[in-house]
Amino acid sequence: MTLLPTPSQTVGPFYGYALPFPGGPEIAPAGHPGTLTVHGRVVDGAGEPVPDAVLEFWQPAPDGSRTGAPGSMRRDQVTGGHLGRDGVTFTGFGRAATDADGRWAVRTLPPGGVPYLSVCVFARGLLHHLYTRIYLPGDSTGSDPLLASLDPDRRRTLVAAETAPRTYRFDIRLQGAEETVFLDFR
Amino acid sequence: MPLTQPDISREIAQEHEAYISSGAVRHHPSRGYAPYRSTVLRHPRQPLAVVQDPEAVELSGPAFGITDVTALDADLTRQHPGEPLGERITVTGRVLDRSGRPVRGQLVEIWQANASGRYAHQGDQHPAPLDPHFTGAGRCLTDDQGRYSFTTVKPGAYPWRNHANAWRPAHIHFSLFGTAFTQRLVTQMYFPGDPLFAYDPILQSVTDDEARERLVARYEHELSCPEQSLGYRWDIVLDGPAATWIEEGR
Ligand SMILES: [Fe+3]
Repeated sequence: MTLLPTPSQTVGPFYGYALPFPGGPEIAPAGHPGTLTVHGRVVDGAGEPVPDAVLEFWQPAPDGSRTGAPGSMRRDQVTGGHLGRDGVTFTGFGRAATDADGRWAVRTLPPGGVPYLSVCVFARGLLHHLYTRIYLPGDSTGSDPLLASLDPDRRRTLVAAETAPRTYRFDIRLQGAEETVFLDFR
Repeated sequence: MPLTQPDISREIAQEHEAYISSGAVRHHPSRGYAPYRSTVLRHPRQPLAVVQDPEAVELSGPAFGITDVTALDADLTRQHPGEPLGERITVTGRVLDRSGRPVRGQLVEIWQANASGRYAHQGDQHPAPLDPHFTGAGRCLTDDQGRYSFTTVKPGAYPWRNHANAWRPAHIHFSLFGTAFTQRLVTQMYFPGDPLFAYDPILQSVTDDEARERLVARYEHELSCPEQSLGYRWDIVLDGPAATWIEEGR
């Protein structure tokens, strides 16, 4: 490594007309029968909702491919507006802003080869983004090296709860008693 | 009683002194930086869990392509029927990784206030005029040398409610992707010589003097278009590891 990095700065409160895009949370192709819903809230150290967070999701395709694909935010060549996803391609990428109550939801397909979705958290008041993982409960979480390295109390914060068939709840607590485990990649 | 600028400036100076005397080198802001009050309840107190796994999914990342941008997306002055108010500028530079390799074909997104310092966002209550001919959002893909380029207007400074008489120096928000999700960066570009730098807890949260300098673009006269616009150059270096197998593919 030779160059020094450009420092991070907060996403601020006014990203809303620039970063979120229609279909951002719809990672699964339209109407796909294998679609999972993953949803939750982002809360601060006082348990209050964070209404100005934006979450990004990245995951392998169901066949395990990690190359991704263009087309998450297709643009209309006529109007310059958003065209939406093509309904066919699985790009592996999603983006969801929290609502006024700190809630978010994405619809996606099961990640291939790993039991988790990767998440990047941005928010007003967060000077440098945070990474975490949403582990989908199941047999393969038992052998995961990251989960195995954590105390059981902390490990719980990374595993989503199945609240209905194919529906998972995952809350992100930025601070406090049940603070989510956030990750540092080396 | 609301905090005053001298209160915040004192805290900024204390944080800076603590950083210098620590002897450490920190390129990014500390997430808990009290002079920026919104950080207080929004940063984790537990240490981050270290992931040293060459198979980690995060060492790859999303891809974008020609379907995700149109030519006009990089010209923020041409997104409405009329001409926006303000000083025309070109902002250009390269996106590199820490080894100096260009980040090719990746998405760069920007957003900013208009020339009066007002965002096209209903949460922005600054009583400066909205500009019906300026939204302030742009995107482009980097070219084979990692270059990006935007045409826009210079944003104005704006007040915010961190403390009494808090003003943000003029800045453009940038969002960048590398080849790996671990290289993700959201940051802000500032303009050289802005008198508000010293008062701003968001810029000063970067306590390393040289790192903070790297957030300031350089005025470059050669980038001006005669009788049209002034030019600024700002190169961006993405931090974080990427999978070695990607080096051959991209
Ligand atoms: Fe701003």
